[in-house]
Amino acid sequence: MPKYAMVVDQRRCVACMACVVACKKENEVPPGQFRTRVVEQVEGEFPKLRMELRSELCNHCDNPPCVYNCPTGASYKSPDGMVLLKKNRCVGCKACVASCPYDARYINEEKGFADKCTFCSQRIAEGKQPACVSTCIGKSRIFGDLEDPASAVSAALRDNHHDVLLASAGTNPRVFYIKKFGKPE
Amino acid sequence: MKFSRRTFLKASGAAGCSLAAYAALPEKFLLWAEEQGMLKASYVPTFCEICFWKCGAVAKVLNGRVVKLEGNPAHPGARGKLCARGNAGAGLLYDPNRLKTPLIRTGARGEQKYRKATWDEALDLIASKMKHIKSEFGPESVALFTHGTPTDHFLPLLSAYGSPNVGMPSFAQCRGPRDVGLELTFGEGIGSPERVDLTRSKVLVLFGSHLGENMHNSQVQDFADALAMGTKLIVVDPRFSIAAGKAHSWLPIRPATDLALMLAWIHVIIKEQLYDKAYLDAYANGFTELAAAVADCTPEWAAHETDLSAESIVETARLLGHNAPNVCLHPGRHATWYGDDVQRSRAIGILAALLGSWGREGGYFLATRTSLPKPESKPFPEPAKAPLNLGNFPFAGAEGVTQEIRRATISGTPYPIKGWIVTGTNLMKAMPNQKETIEAINKLDLLVVVDVMPTDTAMMADVILPECSYLERHDALAVGKGRSLSISLRQPVVQPLYDSKPGWWIAKQIANRLDLADYFPWQNLEEKIQAQCALWGVNYQELKKVGTITIPNSANPYITAEAPAEFKTGSGKIELYSKELKEKGFDPVPRYTRHPVPRQGEFRLVYGRSPVHTFSRTANNPELHELYPENEVWINSGKAKDLGVINGEYVVLVNQDGVRSNRIKAKVTQRIRTDCVYVVHGFGAASKSLSRAFAKGADDQGMITRYAVDPICGSTGMHVNFVRVEKEGVHA
Repeated sequence: MPKYAMVVDQRRCVACMACVVACKKENEVPPGQFRTRVVEQVEGEFPKLRMELRSELCNHCDNPPCVYNCPTGASYKSPDGMVLLKKNRCVGCKACVASCPYDARYINEEKGFADKCTFCSQRIAEGKQPACVSTCIGKSRIFGDLEDPASAVSAALRDNHHDVLLASAGTNPRVFYIKKFGKPE
Repeated sequence: MKFSRRTFLKASGAAGCSLAAYAALPEKFLLWAEEQGMLKASYVPTFCEICFWKCGAVAKVLNGRVVKLEGNPAHPGARGKLCARGNAGAGLLYDPNRLKTPLIRTGARGEQKYRKATWDEALDLIASKMKHIKSEFGPESVALFTHGTPTDHFLPLLSAYGSPNVGMPSFAQCRGPRDVGLELTFGEGIGSPERVDLTRSKVLVLFGSHLGENMHNSQVQDFADALAMGTKLIVVDPRFSIAAGKAHSWLPIRPATDLALMLAWIHVIIKEQLYDKAYLDAYANGFTELAAAVADCTPEWAAHETDLSAESIVETARLLGHNAPNVCLHPGRHATWYGDDVQRSRAIGILAALLGSWGREGGYFLATRTSLPKPESKPFPEPAKAPLNLGNFPFAGAEGVTQEIRRATISGTPYPIKGWIVTGTNLMKAMPNQKETIEAINKLDLLVVVDVMPTDTAMMADVILPECSYLERHDALAVGKGRSLSISLRQPVVQPLYDSKPGWWIAKQIANRLDLADYFPWQNLEEKIQAQCALWGVNYQELKKVGTITIPNSANPYITAEAPAEFKTGSGKIELYSKELKEKGFDPVPRYTRHPVPRQGEFRLVYGRSPVHTFSRTANNPELHELYPENEVWINSGKAKDLGVINGEYVVLVNQDGVRSNRIKAKVTQRIRTDCVYVVHGFGAASKSLSRAFAKGADDQGMITRYAVDPICGSTGMHVNFVRVEKEGVHA
């Protein structure tokens, strides 16, 4: 069984937003809502400035608060590691939206259920990459199987320092971030 | 029609498994129906026209509707990826504000009042006016303003009609001075896509170019690859751009002083003998004259001009020198800044020559030498009058100098211009000083605009012709001259919506009515494309399936012992010192001149790009409008505090001539110098038919009432206006 994960190599991101539009088109995300976004953060004072560009999306946590807090069992962790949702079980109560520390979920008002990034499970089933990864101009987003040592994600994590968002939340995310150059100790 | 899921199920049950008949199937059911296995997607390759990069795209079509676009892996400009704008191509196709039928003006010019017309009526009207202008004033009195693929249809129409007067804003309002500067130095330009060898560069320099925000698909892919490999990036920009955020050195230069920095770099590289002597001996002329001309351009002198430290200038010059020849000085693209732009481009070329990077790994690679035979066509008539689209500029390019046509239209000299045909460009937003553009339009007997959207320029026209979008039409084959030679096909992905028509059909119809049918000797464009494929030995059926074909073994990117460099300059060598310029009375080696600086309380207005918009073309696209609905004015935090402006509040820009902008949000930031403000170009549409873009954000072009014309090639420097920032509702 594969163990899917994403690595965001922030050194390569140029905040071009191709991922955001590709995701919306692939998944019919309603106007005004997003499954992924790119955060642009600048610190310092002119001219000593530092910039961080960070793609954010569902972290597909191994310890997922949204799943624990779902009262109907709609949200679940699939065997291959993705946090998914059975639409027909969702009543739109927003417990998952409130419990996600990453602000990764929204209620699809048109269709009446909670929604979020699925790693484009429909594309994975066809052997394709998620839409955001496939169109990522900077090849900043990398997707693959952590169980496969030859996969691009395994290689990226082996070769680079990496972090997760809000590690202290204890959610054990499956989305990893590479900020700096250099191999881990 | 209201279409609930229940009625849909009933309907699909009744029709068995086939949904092909349900043309009106709402879009929100399409992906669901695909998921259920009721619909099968088809994939059609074509190439994009949201910008000029012309990326190969593959459209996913469900039940006759484009649901997604992806990059074509076979296309060298896309490599399987599309940018945000390319991904949002269907937003143009399905924009409800699209032009739907031909329109004929009923109100005064600019009143935006039109009535629907049939194609026959609109085309007959255009033809009769064009015949009248031809008999009264001569065919030269009709001019064409054009950009992008429509040029392939309308330029032949203009030439067949007998006029040489074409004006493409891509020259005098964009790339012109860059190309002319490099042509004067190396005998040829850098091409489009630019032949920058980013993935092999050890050092990359960007002058104002903000790659990433300026989204040129394959080039930004290379840029990211270079960053990941640890290429040292030097960004020269008054603004902390996304690229500056990635830089090894960010040089926050005082605007309008770039040439001083470049001359100081040349000075240091010569003084410290960091140049490639063998390369210069073999390929370049005029080193002694160059060295003499920059003798005084010390880092200390440049530091004073540029507001950078002399140490940072020396340090970066050495970084360039020590990494030669694997250094890429990106010559930029939109280069019309200050009116001495050819000379700035020359300075970039000279630096590249000193470092030996033309034709070398990590510098500029060489264009393919493979070419395709030209199809035979009927020769165009020789115009009786000399073209007026080149002005008195000795190095104006064949694309024409737009504002010279505008000037002649206003003045009637050297001869009157009575008709304009405008295709693929929004002149009101592309050309500086809108007052002049309006004045010229008011002198015309005929203004025809062919476009997909009711742009500001379309809403000035006498006759508007609705072109279908790039996803609904054939266009000429795109021949890409990058590292290799490639051929790409644009073909209809879906049938044209409304009463819109392809550009080729419109041009041919006008030609038929002007008795010029001989110049369009085919029934439809596909027939012409097939003939071309046959001539070039390309399998058309295969091309239809794959979208792009790359000609094998057509790359020769670097200078080698077997293939030494050839330069098409007068001397056959790289001209560090330009005799051609000297003969025409210009500086043979670039010389720095000081430009005016903003007065107290004023800021220089500089503008640039957003990665989710192209020019003024996409502001109304629903999918892109959502991401960046209106532009913001970037203002330094300290200055904003002095003015009492807080982040996110609306302000008004007032330029040196008293022109006031629409209201625009202030982006208060540390990311910009105190002497300039920055906006993204292309907002503040005046066309009321653009329901999303109308009056959203400020129109930078409206603020650009002054422009500095480059005497060498006629391009218009547009970073020369100064604005005050006022709080909304406060009048001075």
